[in-house]
Amino acid sequence: MDPSFLVIQGISGLTMAMILFLVASGLTLLFGVVNVFNFAHGSFYMLGAYFAYTFVSILGFNFWVSLLLAGVAAGAFGMLMEMLFLRRIYGRAEEAGFQILLTYSFILIIDDLVKMVWGTEYKSLQRPDGFSGSVELLGMVLPSYNLAIIVLGLLVAVGSWLVLSRTRGGRIARATAIDREMLSTLGVNVPLTLSLTFGIATALGGVAGALAAPLRSVTPGAGIEVIIDSLIVVVLGGMGNFWGALLGSLIIGEVTAFAVAFVPDWASLFSFLVMIVVLIFKPEGLFSPAKVRRA
Amino acid sequence: MESNKRGWTTQWAGIAVLALFALLPLVKTSDYQLTVANNVLLWAVFAMSFNMLFGVTGMLSFGQALYFGFGAYSVGLFAYYQGTWWFLPALFLGMAGSGILALLIGPLVLRLTGVYFTMLTLAFAQLGWGIVVKWYDFTNGDDGIQGIMPPAALSNKVVYYYFCLVLVSVSVWFLWRISRSPFGLMLRCIRQNPSRVRFLGRRVKRNQLRIYVISAVFTALAGGLMAGVDNSVHTGMWYWTTSGEVILMSILGGMGQFFGPFVGAAIMILIEDMVGARTEFWSMVIGIVMLTMVILLPKGVVGELVQLKERLFKRSSALGV
Amino acid sequence: MEPVLVVDGIEKSFGGLKVTDKVSFSMFPGDLTAIIGPNGAGKTTLFNILTGHLAPDAGSIRFEGKEIAGARTQDIVTMGMGRAFQITSIFPEETVLDNVRVACLSKLREATVFIRPISAHKRATDRAYQILESLGLEKFSDRRAFELSHGDQKLLDIGIALALEPKLLLLDEPTSGMSPEERLLTRELIKKLWSLFNLTLLFIEHDMDMVFGIALKVLVLQQGALLVEGTPEEIRSNPEVITAYLGEEL
Ligand SMILES: Nc1ncnc2c1ncn2[C@@H]1O[C@H](COP(=O)(O)OP(=O)(O)O)[C@@H](O)[C@H]1O
Ligand SMILES: [Mg+2]
Repeated sequence: MDPSFLVIQGISGLTMAMILFLVASGLTLLFGVVNVFNFAHGSFYMLGAYFAYTFVSILGFNFWVSLLLAGVAAGAFGMLMEMLFLRRIYGRAEEAGFQILLTYSFILIIDDLVKMVWGTEYKSLQRPDGFSGSVELLGMVLPSYNLAIIVLGLLVAVGSWLVLSRTRGGRIARATAIDREMLSTLGVNVPLTLSLTFGIATALGGVAGALAAPLRSVTPGAGIEVIIDSLIVVVLGGMGNFWGALLGSLIIGEVTAFAVAFVPDWASLFSFLVMIVVLIFKPEGLFSPAKVRRA
Repeated sequence: MESNKRGWTTQWAGIAVLALFALLPLVKTSDYQLTVANNVLLWAVFAMSFNMLFGVTGMLSFGQALYFGFGAYSVGLFAYYQGTWWFLPALFLGMAGSGILALLIGPLVLRLTGVYFTMLTLAFAQLGWGIVVKWYDFTNGDDGIQGIMPPAALSNKVVYYYFCLVLVSVSVWFLWRISRSPFGLMLRCIRQNPSRVRFLGRRVKRNQLRIYVISAVFTALAGGLMAGVDNSVHTGMWYWTTSGEVILMSILGGMGQFFGPFVGAAIMILIEDMVGARTEFWSMVIGIVMLTMVILLPKGVVGELVQLKERLFKRSSALGV
Repeated sequence: MEPVLVVDGIEKSFGGLKVTDKVSFSMFPGDLTAIIGPNGAGKTTLFNILTGHLAPDAGSIRFEGKEIAGARTQDIVTMGMGRAFQITSIFPEETVLDNVRVACLSKLREATVFIRPISAHKRATDRAYQILESLGLEKFSDRRAFELSHGDQKLLDIGIALALEPKLLLLDEPTSGMSPEERLLTRELIKKLWSLFNLTLLFIEHDMDMVFGIALKVLVLQQGALLVEGTPEEIRSNPEVITAYLGEEL
């Protein structure tokens, strides 16, 4: 087999992995800090893609500026959702179930909003200037936009990890995850922290959608596919585990990329297979210590 | 005992409602009304078996479409490939197959709890949907299967309606008996305090698996019968929005009430009937209803009514489940 | 007489913290034993280990002659170990009657019967009423459990454990959070239950009147280790105990 074929597929898998990771890390962040499972996280990915499309194709902005703006817009939308609705059910009995239902209603609403605003036909987005072709690296021809995504994804990964572990804001966020009451007696504005975390996580999702837009066409209903894939990633990586999410994304990205190459018709089902195998043999996820909860 | 009295009220209300459904063919003005009523009955069974998981046992499955689709496609595929005679055997094979499928998937999804349980059920259901969509040669993919006819004896719309009504009544009766039985009590205890259930010497997962299988079997029944109402099956029956709709029905009616999901199914189908004809933005409507229910009326229509009544009579009593 | 429970050198650490440190003791039929020790001494953890909620790192636990260290909670409970909780653990939305009845049904192995209504299970129902009466809760039997006062909820918790007819009953701070009057009543009640149901009872308690008022034997835990064990009189006069524990209380 042609080795450059393997490399190309590998690169395509890495690209997908990075996009998934951006979504999944936001999901993990929300689960860890705000203690919310955001079922609608994929919808912010979709919003990000549509915002980017609007900024680039309609308003004619620079791609990278649009990327940033799409993230900000998706994040603002996320914060709004948290402040207007989610906040009202914190602390309710059987909260987890209601969170899923509430965020589920957002999926439905956002899906239709998108259809109202942008219509149902597929939208496509050009790759940014300078990244539409390919570069030669080690004697192989590689698509430059994919490489850009990989680099950007890694930067965001390391960056958010640094923010979470090294900055005051990150420490507050992590402490919020553990004891909200304690923090508010220490004078931390807990509601604001939660909203901001929500904004950041959904912004990550939005950026992922914007980044992916030139690779895949932008369609309504894209949200649910993404949420299921990133959910599988989170299950693989271990609950609420940042680096686990990266590992999970890499596995799902690569498995899907090679499945696309060999069994294109069935490729979309392979991530499920991986999940089922992991569930059977290591239900606590690949990255967490080998201690099964005796639930 | 007060809880028993409540039980009797619920039971008589149930009998009265089913009796009304039995009278419908005598007063209907169109076949369409019959179809709508049949839809209500079958979605009610679907929603009530879902609620045995969620409202009773506290297991929020987002993957019940898997068993609904399985039941529907058992009937659809058998009728398509083997002929109409297979309609009834396929209905029961679909229920049995669904039970076995649940017995295989259940232990896997039950390895995790909370939102992860929910999302895993969703993932398995989407896997089923993916297979049905991609396996075009066998399932016709997104084209679905049309022209599914019940056997000759049931081919009359009114006869088929009564056939469904009988099976629905038996199912509702069975689920009702479960909820009033020691097993039903055990399931409610599992929702409220699973770790204490272990300290009663009982296995939480095993009982969760039992109800998961029972729920799958009745869901498949609803799906299978639906194939005969629409004379067709389609991949949407497996899709996650189907699971979502049945959740909304439970919430809407009241997941803490035995007949809540029944009422929820009726309301949803009537709204769907009215709004669906006028707007393409159907899921926005569902979404807004859902949002409102979760934030303002989490007990559902029946639950809030019961609470209102309790407040009026200034006494509290056991849940009607 | 054969011991009901023989605990031999069990240990448990959380991270680096040793919470149970080579604890050994035995319980004989009819024993009424108290465990005392400052907060964080590892008393609840000891109960968690005995009931299979946590697995010990080392040591053996023989219950009715069988090794149960690391076994599953539901199996240990089925063998006859009952437990009530420091933080009340009941089924809040069920009626008081059903809280106890579900345990009776479980004991009679009727808990997973479906189709037959609960009320048709006469034996479990009668037994549940009998237990509620012995606790003085029968007047609330149709109330939902969350409506009970804190003290009554604690009693209900004990009632659920009693319904399992345990060969060994563990009570974790049965009077915590109660008013002084309730405490007095509960003290008498537990003594009464002990003789009425021929219980073998091991309880954790901070209320010294209760410990010295009813216990026949006292175990003192400190930093996970068993400091001393003896009769209430011996414990009262033990200088180690006085400095280590009672010193702050008396
Ligand atoms: N699951 C656990 N994980 C970590 N530490 C625990 C856990 N359970 C108890 N501990 C710690 O073990 C010590 C003993 O706790 P506990 O047994 O509840 O004490 P007691 O009941 O005597 O007050 C405490 O320091 C507590 O923080
Ligand atoms: Mg304690």
